[in-house]
Order: sequence, then C-alpha cells, then structure tokens
Amino acid sequence: MSIIIKNLTHVYMPGTPFESIALKDINWEINDGEFWGLIGHTGSGKSTLIQHLNGLLKPTSGEIIIDGVNIREKGVNLKEIRHKIGLVFQYPEHQLFEETVEKDVAFGPKNMGLSDDEVINRVKEALEAVGLNYEKIKDRSPFELSGGQMRRVAIAGVLAMKPKVLILDEPTVGLDPKGRDEILEEIVELKRRYNMTIILVSHSMEDIARLVDKIAVLHKGRLIKCGTPKEIFKDKESLSSIGLDIPQVTHLMYRLKERGIDVPTDVLTVEEAKRAILALVRRKGYA
Amino acid sequence: MAAEIKVENVYFQYSQSKDLALQNINLTIKKGEFVAIIGPNGSGKSTLAKLFNGLYTPTEGEVWVDGLNTKDKDRIWEIRQKAGLVFQNPDNQIVATIVEEDVAFGPENLGLPPEEIRKRVYEALKTVELYEFSQKAPHLLSGGQKQRVAIAGILAMKPDYIILDEPTAMLDPIGRREVNKTIKKLNTEENKTIILITHFMEEAVQADRVLVMEKGNIVMEGSPKDIFSRVERLKEIGLDVPQVTELANGLRAEGLNIRPDILTIEEMVECLCQLL
Repeated sequence: MSIIIKNLTHVYMPGTPFESIALKDINWEINDGEFWGLIGHTGSGKSTLIQHLNGLLKPTSGEIIIDGVNIREKGVNLKEIRHKIGLVFQYPEHQLFEETVEKDVAFGPKNMGLSDDEVINRVKEALEAVGLNYEKIKDRSPFELSGGQMRRVAIAGVLAMKPKVLILDEPTVGLDPKGRDEILEEIVELKRRYNMTIILVSHSMEDIARLVDKIAVLHKGRLIKCGTPKEIFKDKESLSSIGLDIPQVTHLMYRLKERGIDVPTDVLTVEEAKRAILALVRRKGYA
Repeated sequence: MAAEIKVENVYFQYSQSKDLALQNINLTIKKGEFVAIIGPNGSGKSTLAKLFNGLYTPTEGEVWVDGLNTKDKDRIWEIRQKAGLVFQNPDNQIVATIVEEDVAFGPENLGLPPEEIRKRVYEALKTVELYEFSQKAPHLLSGGQKQRVAIAGILAMKPDYIILDEPTAMLDPIGRREVNKTIKKLNTEENKTIILITHFMEEAVQADRVLVMEKGNIVMEGSPKDIFSRVERLKEIGLDVPQVTELANGLRAEGLNIRPDILTIEEMVECLCQLL
C-alpha cells in the first residue's frame, strides 16, 4: 500500500496572530513494504507530518493519496484509512485505559465490528508479536505492568487492527537498552513477517542507521532530504548544522581518516566498522 | 558536618506494592563528585533519586544530606535547597510564561530580597548559556533549551547537589549534547556535585564513578573504565556499552592488540593509530 504526499503545507492557527507554518511543500512517496526512518530535531514538524498520514490532521493545502485514494476528497471513509494506517504515539502507554490487558488490546478490533472469535485471535497474535505471552498477561491490569510491558501492550492495541502501515513516534524513549533492542527487533520482525510498511520516528541515529531502508530528513517543516542511510549520513556537516548527528562509529571513522588512516567513512554500524578495520589490518599484514 | 550525601541501610517499599523497590542500599556521595547511575527500567534508580532530597523518605534506614536527616520535617526545605532534582520531561517542570520568571520561581519562594533574586537568575542563566533568552516564552524554546531552563531554575536555589533523572531522554542529538555539556560544566567549573541517572552509556562515561543498579540493589560500582570493561556482565543485566567499546571488544576477540578499557572516540583513535 503506497502513500503519496504532494505539495503538503500545514499552517497552525491560520489568520490569527499565532499563525505558524508547521509544514511547507512536502513531497514524499512511501512504497509498499518499505522501512522508513523519519528524523529531524525537536520542533521540525515530525509529529505534525505523521498525523497527516492517517487523516488526524488535514493539510492546509496539498494532497495525500493513500492506496490511490485522495483522502481530502468528499465521502472518503477516514475510519477505514485509520484501520489501514496504525499510529503509535509517543508514550503510547498513557493511552491505556481498560481493566485488563485483553480488553485494552481488544478495543480497536471490537470497534471494527469483528466477531468475538476474530477479536480474540487478533489480540493473541498482537500480544505475541510484541513478545508477550497471551495466557500469562491477558487478565492483568495494564497499570501494574512495567514501563516496557505497558508500552508493548499499547503497541499491540494498534497491531490488533492489522494495519498495513505502522507509524511509530519514538517508540523507545525512556526504555533501558534491553527494552529498546527488544522493541526494535519486534518491529523488524513485523516488517519481515507481514511485509508491513514501517515509519519510525527516532532521535537515535544509531538505531536509524542500523534498521531502516530509507531516511527522510525534516528541517523547519521542510523535507530537505530523502535517501538510504549511507546517502544521508555521508554528509555529517549538514546534518550537524540542522541539529542532527551521525552514529558514534561513523564519527570514529571520520577521525581515523583525518589522522591519515585509509578507512571508509560510510560505515554505520559496529559490525561494519569491525569488518573495515580488520580488512585494513589484514591488508597491511599485521595480523 | 560532613559535606556529603550518605545513604545508610536503606530499604524502600511503595505502599501499594508487595516488593521492595530498594534493598539494603549503602552509599556515600562526596561533595564535588560526578556519579552516574545506570540500570534497567524498574531497577530503583528513580526511587533512589527521590530519596536523595527527601521527596521520598526510606521505609527503613536513613538518608543524610550534609548531616541532615531527610526524615527531619523541620529541615526538609533546607535539604531540598541543598539538593535539587531535574526530571526527564522539561515541559512538566516549567511553571512560568517567561524564562526569567521561571528561573526566579525557586528563589522567590525562599523569600529572598528582589536584588538577590535578580542576581541569582542572571548568574544561573549565564551558566546554562541562555541569558539572551531570559525574556522569551519557554514553550518557544527547543527541548535542550527548555531542559537547561529547568537546570537554571535549580541552580538559582544555589544547591550543592544536583540530581538529574534521565534529563536527555526526550531530547534530539544536539539538545542532548547541549545538556551534557552543561552538566559537565556544572561539575568542573561550578563545583556542583552531580548525580546523573541515564540510559545512555556515552553519558555515564563522563562521570568519576558509575553505580549499576539491578532489582533494587547496587550490583556494581567503580570507575567508568572498570564498569564498561565488563561487557558481558552489563549485557546480562540488560545494559549496553558505548559503540566504540563494543567495537574495541569485537576487535580484541579477533586477536587485535586493543586495550580492554576504551570508552571514547578519542581513546579508540589513539589506540588504532598506534596499531596501524
């Protein structure tokens, strides 16, 4: 399922003294099964942009075409679009509200009018997709779980709607390294197993570099660059000038290069850095 | 009177919980130290932070701040003035609509004369490098700037101890860098004692001492070099090491002659330059 954004502009509070342009002339095409990272400093417009993708916000001008349907046209069923495009907000655990985990995750699919059996199947599948054991957790109150578990339940609530596209706004904020890695692995698995299209909003350049196929860079409400991680992280000066960064190992490679050591600077992960350094060592015959 | 925070045989239990959030914690933090606390979610880090300034008092055991017991209700304001707490979300900590008014909130509540308040606000905003923003509305600032306003608000109370509970969790990379630079400066130039709770191992590396918490206990304690050279143990606890440390470890496993205690890009560059 593709999403095409054409000349999207969004103005907050137009015609008032508080008018501000949040997004300006965005053009972005997201194809079926792609894994995108969306990066930009605080206030660059990331949250505003993703809220357009499932019709929570309407563009001031421009078009959003989802699966061939222009969502601004009259008579478009936005509810259906929201079933196809799942949005996981920042701190999604703040939106948990039911007495039990099972009821909370079931809330979405129930509202879709599915049969009880189908709802239960979906709840099971969604909880298992986020690494939780249905039998063990279904009757517990979501509020007595750990932070990481609460977040997983909240994500399961979105997955139970079986979206084609999953958008996650900083899903790992405040989690410890293990919790962070587990959630990210589960997201990769969702893409692998269901061919889900994923859009991950994150401030962690290390995670983005390691996981996504393509990156979109937002700056002051404009989409200033789209490309593969290697293309995006190649330009460290311009990233740093807009409040972003490159992974720590990439910094290391630049520093080595400055010291006259012949290493590639398009290295993005620890594994790649290791291979590059070992290759150099072997070429020089030290080891 | 001892210039330190001392935690003695502390146990802590939340009223609605059966489990102990902290057990048998013994710890001394000397004035001027920079201590980082790391540990998985739910290991008791934030609970401990709130015990340092008497926001919580121990279920069992004592916490002393410069010789004052945090259970002493008559001295609690003195204790909170000595030990200030900065939280994760800057938006929850800002109370005023103008930056300088926000920073003045604490000293105003201390009942200080106006000229003293003005002086403190000026100095605090200068220290966090936001003086030119003193007339701005906080909501127009970036995340890193807002967090520095929150730090300035604490500084204006002239505390000796500043406890920061995941202050950069919600910030973008540049905001994180700004706040880390400010924290380092508070320690080295203003001689503030820093207790930094963080999930970012790169931040813990800049401390003098690192404490590792797991399930309500302090399970490891030492210099960053001691702690982060124990990669396997940290991973077992569910923690991480900086990327360069992981790389150094991987290269050593391949037989390269690399020091086991590399924590920063600089150290890695030096080590590889000698090798290559």
